[in-house]
Amino acid sequence: MTNTGLTRLTAAAMSDRLRAGDLSSRELVEAHLALAERENPALNAWLVLDGAGAGAAADDADARLAVARAEGAAALAALHPLCGVPVGLKDLVSVRGGQCTAGSRILAGYVSPYDAHITERLRDAGAVILGKLNMDEFAMGSSTEHSAYGPTANPWDLGRVPGGSSGGSAVSVAAGHVPLSIGTDTGGSIRQPAALTGIVGLKPTYGRVSRYGIVAFASSLDQVGPFARDARDAALLLHAIAGRDERDSTSAPLPVPDDLLHLPASDDEAAGHLRGLRLGLPREYFVAGMEPGVEARVREAVATLAAAGAEIVDVSLPHTDYGLATYYIVAPAEASANLARYDGIRFGHAVRDGDVLANYLATRGSGFGPEVKRRIMLGTYALSAGYYDAFYLKAQKVRTLIKADFDAAFGAGIDALVAPTSPSVAWPLGAKLEDPVAMYLSDACTLPVNMAGLPGMSIPAGLSDGLPVGLQLIGPAWSELALLRLARAYEAITADAAWRGLEPAGLAFLREPSGIVQ
Amino acid sequence: MATLSRADVAHVAHLARLGLAEDELARLEVQLNHILDQYEVLARLDTDAIPPTAQTIELENILREDVARPSLSQAEALANAPERDGSYIVVPAILGGD
Repeated sequence: MTNTGLTRLTAAAMSDRLRAGDLSSRELVEAHLALAERENPALNAWLVLDGAGAGAAADDADARLAVARAEGAAALAALHPLCGVPVGLKDLVSVRGGQCTAGSRILAGYVSPYDAHITERLRDAGAVILGKLNMDEFAMGSSTEHSAYGPTANPWDLGRVPGGSSGGSAVSVAAGHVPLSIGTDTGGSIRQPAALTGIVGLKPTYGRVSRYGIVAFASSLDQVGPFARDARDAALLLHAIAGRDERDSTSAPLPVPDDLLHLPASDDEAAGHLRGLRLGLPREYFVAGMEPGVEARVREAVATLAAAGAEIVDVSLPHTDYGLATYYIVAPAEASANLARYDGIRFGHAVRDGDVLANYLATRGSGFGPEVKRRIMLGTYALSAGYYDAFYLKAQKVRTLIKADFDAAFGAGIDALVAPTSPSVAWPLGAKLEDPVAMYLSDACTLPVNMAGLPGMSIPAGLSDGLPVGLQLIGPAWSELALLRLARAYEAITADAAWRGLEPAGLAFLREPSGIVQ
Repeated sequence: MATLSRADVAHVAHLARLGLAEDELARLEVQLNHILDQYEVLARLDTDAIPPTAQTIELENILREDVARPSLSQAEALANAPERDGSYIVVPAILGGD
């Protein structure tokens, strides 16, 4: 058995022990790698486990830590808390010299010629990149079943989906293979898998994190963000990756608060944040078809927040029901333009079938999977001559109304909105694969947040039928720190809940001596 | 709203440069029409006076100095090309003859 003690630590606890010198990054990385290698055949979360690269980075981090320890407290304090801590990256983040498939056959064999901005930032912080994580092809999907490299299993029940598109990233953290991972969220692809695997996932404000070096899906919606097992860890990773990068002109020239590094460790101090907080409960998010167990957990969480001193206010976001249609015009339209670059000429999968046109048709017809083809078709149609006004322009106008709903709620003094993340718990593998609209509806509670460019996060709020339920927190633009403080407060007031600290049930099976992974 | 025929689906696939088999076109005809049905709710909203939103953070005129900077070498930039001839990427002729 590997050292599960080390793989249960939070990143913050690892950081403390690394600085104290009673634990090395090398030991941490070896324990996490061993667990990931043992369980990945059953989970399929990792597309790459880079033992050699991670070992070298761990040794570098250990050297930096040793030098700082010798220099004293100020030098140690100057290191980023993630120095020496293992992280995983969704396989659409460029790492120089490594693969970057975006879950697609069309990028099989492609080697990134440069690092993404966030890869550089993580290296600067001293974080150790353990490998690359499975995802729905080009981040299009809500279950990770649309990966060209096979589905990822949910550690709570290996017969169920982990959500998506960042399913591998969520599972790597839920299973303890890494304390932290990176995902991207275009319509819910961080928050929904975080909910379905019982962890914390944060989609920052559009523009908070540079998208340079990250495979594009829908450029006005895509954001990069952290997965973690608690709010403090999510804040540490956000701090490491956020901030202006001149190579992404949409990254915002705003300071990143250093208070992200100082969320309260004490439960009393954390819970105190709730006093006087006004939380809005948007009635439209309790949609028809929501599972009763999910609604019950969310309403209990809201009651717990109220009992701890938050004021709960009923609010209406009247254009919520238009979010799905609006999103499924805007996102495919932007995707169809972004994915035009996969032409088999400069990089990636290429099929020669005659003239230039025949090559395009054969390369793209065989390189893209069914969901990506559907989205390209939708987007191409929505942008085609005669339909632009009826579809794309109309959707952009409705987007204005969706954003105005949120602006009105926050303008009226609401500090944050609390809502379900997903209308259901994790569903059985294959259950929605042949019904695209049913799959799309699973993101009904997360899509509007991307349309408005706002920060949102999902935090664990207990179980329904033994499967995790997520509570979604939505804030005004640039309010990530306030959302994380709220999340930390909720952790503090539910610290004694029976479901806290439960191991995902499917892992217990994997980790038994008689389990399928030996 | 609009309904897509099989010929429309084939036309859009051509515009998108997707080579699709007959069974894919058949499945897409059903699925795309089902998705288009979901768009119908938007017609209920009067948006004549509403301006469109293309991006949400309202940054404007992001400029940088126009100066040369280090970039990928030619070898790095061409390393992923499926077919190369020296420092060129090979593509089929598009103007006929050779």
